[in-house]
Amino acid sequence: MNLVKRLLPALSITLASAAYPLDWSGNLAVEARIFPSAARWSEQKNSGLSLSFQPELRHQWHDGKRGLTFIPFLRIDSTDEERTHADIREFKYLHVADGWEIRAGIDKVFWGVTESQHLVDIVNQTDLIENIDGEDKLGQPMVRVTRVLGNGAIDLFLLPWFRERTFPGAEGRLRTPLVVDTDRARYESDLEQRHFDYALRWNQTIGPVDAALSWFHGTARAPDLVPDTQAGATQNGASGLIPYYPLLRQAGLEFQYTGEAWLWKLEAVHRDTKGKDYRAAVGGFEYTFVGIHDTPLDLGVLAEYNYDSRRLDANSPFQNDLFIGTRLTFNDTQSSELLAGGFFDLDYHSRSFRVEASRRIGQSYKLSVEGQLFLDMASRDPLAAFAADDFIRIELTRYF
Amino acid sequence: MARRLVPILILLVLSMPLAAETPAEKGLRVAKAADRRDSGWKDQTADLIMILRNRRGNESRRRIRTKTLEMQNDGDKSLSLFDEPADVKGTAMLTFSHGLRPDDQWLYLPALKRVKRITSRNKSGPFVGSEFAFEDLGSQEVEKYRYQYLREEACGKGWRCHVVERIPAYKYSGYSRQVGWVDTKEYRRVKLEFYDRKGAHLKTLKWKGYKSYRLSTGNYWRADEMFMQNHQTGKSTTLKWSNYRFDTGLSSGDFNKNALARLR
Repeated sequence: MNLVKRLLPALSITLASAAYPLDWSGNLAVEARIFPSAARWSEQKNSGLSLSFQPELRHQWHDGKRGLTFIPFLRIDSTDEERTHADIREFKYLHVADGWEIRAGIDKVFWGVTESQHLVDIVNQTDLIENIDGEDKLGQPMVRVTRVLGNGAIDLFLLPWFRERTFPGAEGRLRTPLVVDTDRARYESDLEQRHFDYALRWNQTIGPVDAALSWFHGTARAPDLVPDTQAGATQNGASGLIPYYPLLRQAGLEFQYTGEAWLWKLEAVHRDTKGKDYRAAVGGFEYTFVGIHDTPLDLGVLAEYNYDSRRLDANSPFQNDLFIGTRLTFNDTQSSELLAGGFFDLDYHSRSFRVEASRRIGQSYKLSVEGQLFLDMASRDPLAAFAADDFIRIELTRYF
Repeated sequence: MARRLVPILILLVLSMPLAAETPAEKGLRVAKAADRRDSGWKDQTADLIMILRNRRGNESRRRIRTKTLEMQNDGDKSLSLFDEPADVKGTAMLTFSHGLRPDDQWLYLPALKRVKRITSRNKSGPFVGSEFAFEDLGSQEVEKYRYQYLREEACGKGWRCHVVERIPAYKYSGYSRQVGWVDTKEYRRVKLEFYDRKGAHLKTLKWKGYKSYRLSTGNYWRADEMFMQNHQTGKSTTLKWSNYRFDTGLSSGDFNKNALARLR
């Protein structure tokens, strides 16, 4: 009897944790990239196979008000040894209290509303060797404190460690003519990667408008690429490029008006670095035709204009560029969709086109196809480095 | 003579509003009564399995966890969290429904960690490729339709049903009209027929396996199964509901777009 009394609480704890078991999911993907044009540099290959693995472990208790998340990521690439890389995308503890949320560890956040470029999004570093679209991010060590408002929130981010951007190696395609030497990154701050960054963001829904204001102070996520003129320099002056990360202050604005078929979007930043401050913006609309010709198909038309006040001196390729795109959603059982769009550079008159299509196969596979074309690349356009790197990317992912 | 007539006249006058109730008034009265019968549960959570079947009988499955918050002077707030298929696991949808005004809707995409406000015009579009349109699964507010009482008839299991036609009053519906059967005693929905914009019979929805859930505010009926048959394409979708819980203490803070990211 006594034993039963003593065992009961222990048993109920075991049962309670059994009610919130470890949730295990993730994906395994095989990717093929084909580059139809001959490589510009002898080390590069015209195709490559790659394998990626991202298991996701989650444990929640206390009615979902406590949680642990662990998401490692691994890619093994057949051609570019820089693209073979591992990262911890997330490894965090979540604590939800009345009106407050605290997250501590490695985490990922997204800021923004536009489609052609993610301008305001600055907390996580871009995992550029994954994809040039900038949507893959490295895990960022942080403490995030959220104050929940009506239909909004205020977030404070404390960012004690900086993550460097990933770049392709000498064998990789979609790289700069000179290879970026990520081992020799330089910083404006003497504290280098240990510089303590912080960010604040307020977001709110007011009727049909979703708006956000943000502030970031810390190391810039996009480095300046500086020619290396020292050790091992060749005759033409430089052996490679060194990423230089200046300190940056950024004020950001996000705005979206949602109508019945219209979305109007704007992202704008003011950035302040040593020696120069500048503004950049991206804004436009998306209009959706629902159920075209009495089918379940939805057709969206998008147009966005990208601006950078540095214009021809900008290190971003989107300094005066128009993006026009279309999104086709089939609303079928396989969730088939297609996104196609083009950037038109109004200064350099260069153009780039991208098509993305995906479809579920069976219950747990997904096939994605992506194609990119770079046309009439002017030599001064930052995209000119990719002029010979049109590609087709096919990926088959198994989700579990 | 006059003395004997007065009570008859009074009786006549009293019975006039009832006798003069038009089919539209009676339809609205039934709809209001059904709405009242199912109010006061505060919040509700339930697990949903959707089985999508094509013409050849091939099946595809969705698993969704749902949370609903009852609102007194507005449409309900609802959250849908996807567990299956695996490629959309963690995707969440938040809806603030508003009767005749367009709903507010946000979608959370877990791979990008992105919360997207989306347009709610797509009422007639299929929900995750199923035979249910968004408007079929939305909050059923009385003012969303104009009603016409048709008849009362037997509708199986010894139940009697009110048969009421309703015409969507909101914009962008895919239907010209619907005909619904609701039982006269407990106002349980039994069957609903959907007619497309051209007036042709498009789909039939049937509710099965009603159970009652007793709360301090009353007892509420919920069906374990909903079956939608599309007569024009031969496709069908079954919804299997389980783990109904009511008055769990959810508040509007749980229906915040910022909470979408921490649901699973």
